[in-house]
Amino acid sequence: MTLVIGAFTIGFILSLLSIGVWISFRVLRFTDITVDGSITLGASVAAILLVRGHSPWAATLAATLAGGAAGLVTGVLHTRFKIQELLSGILVMTALYSINLRVMGRSNVPLMNAQSLSDPAARMLTRLAGGDALMIAGWRVPVQDLAMLLTVTVIVVGVAVLIRFFLMTHLGTALRATGENPQMVRAQGINNQTMQVFGLFCANALVGLSGALLAQYQGFADVQMGIGMMVWGLASIIIGEALTGRITPGLALCGAVMGTILFRLLIAIALRWGLNPNDLKLVTALFVFAALVCPSGIKALGNMLKGRRNHA
Amino acid sequence: MLKIRNLAKTFFPGTPNEVRALQGVDLDLPEGCFAAIIGTNGSGKSTLLNAVAGTFMPDRGEILIDGVAITDWTEYRRAQWVGRVFQNPFAGTAAQMTIAENIALAMRRGLRRGLGAALKNSARDEMGDRIRTLGMGLEDRLDNPIGTLSGGQRQALTLLMATWLRPKLLLLDEHTAALDPKSAAQVAELTREIIRRDQLTALMVTHSMQQAVQLPDCIIMMHKGQVVRQYRDKDKARVRVPDLLSAFDRIRRREQLDAAVADILNAQYR
Repeated sequence: MTLVIGAFTIGFILSLLSIGVWISFRVLRFTDITVDGSITLGASVAAILLVRGHSPWAATLAATLAGGAAGLVTGVLHTRFKIQELLSGILVMTALYSINLRVMGRSNVPLMNAQSLSDPAARMLTRLAGGDALMIAGWRVPVQDLAMLLTVTVIVVGVAVLIRFFLMTHLGTALRATGENPQMVRAQGINNQTMQVFGLFCANALVGLSGALLAQYQGFADVQMGIGMMVWGLASIIIGEALTGRITPGLALCGAVMGTILFRLLIAIALRWGLNPNDLKLVTALFVFAALVCPSGIKALGNMLKGRRNHA
Repeated sequence: MLKIRNLAKTFFPGTPNEVRALQGVDLDLPEGCFAAIIGTNGSGKSTLLNAVAGTFMPDRGEILIDGVAITDWTEYRRAQWVGRVFQNPFAGTAAQMTIAENIALAMRRGLRRGLGAALKNSARDEMGDRIRTLGMGLEDRLDNPIGTLSGGQRQALTLLMATWLRPKLLLLDEHTAALDPKSAAQVAELTREIIRRDQLTALMVTHSMQQAVQLPDCIIMMHKGQVVRQYRDKDKARVRVPDLLSAFDRIRRREQLDAAVADILNAQYR
């Protein structure tokens, strides 16, 4: 049970990262490796502010904006200084490694007794349960875990709905068109470079938010935590697309969230079965490789997961 | 309306690939005039159109619309006055977005884009009404991705989008060249209708002499980065395809002679 709740919680938290990667990779068609640095930036900013006793809301908001700023820099490097997209991301990611160390002052900041966003939910649940654990289907579930799951669920659903509606506004449609056809976008009087920078800001702000929540969930921020995060996000959105398709933004967003959770569950199960945690990133990379090389195989996987509806 | 003064552009200057694409082009397009630009390959007709659209900055010269110098305006800023249709039918629309969303983008060409919903019901009604005039049955497919349409349908929609808000100037870059003959004729007819109805000023690059004779009000002939001849009013009414071809022939023959001889002959024939 703890395993399932853990997979769901971390799945919801990382689905914010997946949505961020989805915005840069699928909407803007920009391969943005900044993500590996901005998730750590979000985590370290949130952690250091929490340790200093700031409110969790303020810390999370600051982490979100910090992540966004990182995306902004990548965007400006690419549009204003004409650096290739991948290289601009790599430059910012590398710079962020030092910046993160500066922010935290050391390579790891534990959040022992610091407040967290889930505290209000925890208080409420404690009062409801009359103790520090709830019985669910015969399992003892610590209130702390449940509170975190509840909080992140609310945040993720709220953010996803907000983005869904944003993508349907005049500005949002312009953003989507920018990735698809920059020439057309310019012919309609939109500055495609500004849109690109703005999109990268949004994407990395979500990644920063994800990092802030991750730090609060696992109780520490670490300078190494971002490595491979972009590929994890990619794997998640690929699974999501197998589940829902990528026709409308709403479905794609649902897919990103569901894909991340499913991916986390698969990982939890694989680790349970004895997969060496050291091999995790290799397996993920191989999965993304396979998905990029033969998308039809992934579609078949999606159909299998959906109960072979199309084969009936 | 559109004034071009001494416009010049050299691509890759100082390299073996140097191309003197525009060599001092002068052009006056009066309000409401629909002009076709014809010319051989590499004569600079598309380059001229792109210069007006703002895809690159010219080396020298000036472009004015309604007396305002737009020479150093960016491409997207010019879009508030200039509507465009490209040669590639896929270039003017975003394939994975729906017909309605594409048109919603065009409904705010050059305007501020805020956080209002792009597809309000009133907007959808207007779309339905105007798309119905195409007679392609697309009004019932507003929520289909535009990438599911044929090239001709997409080009017709692009044309509609470019003129949704009345542009001061409409630029058509061989917009029927990549279509099958039937669709090409359809789009050409639609072009004529829309330009007549809204009394647009338009500049069309075309390879088809037939089209140049039939559609527009005047013909601009380009060669080697310069405007060599213009047919207007009576001239235009009289001109036929063979006349255009022989005009090109004369230009080409003149070229084969030594430049000095050409000058002498020119003086005599004038």
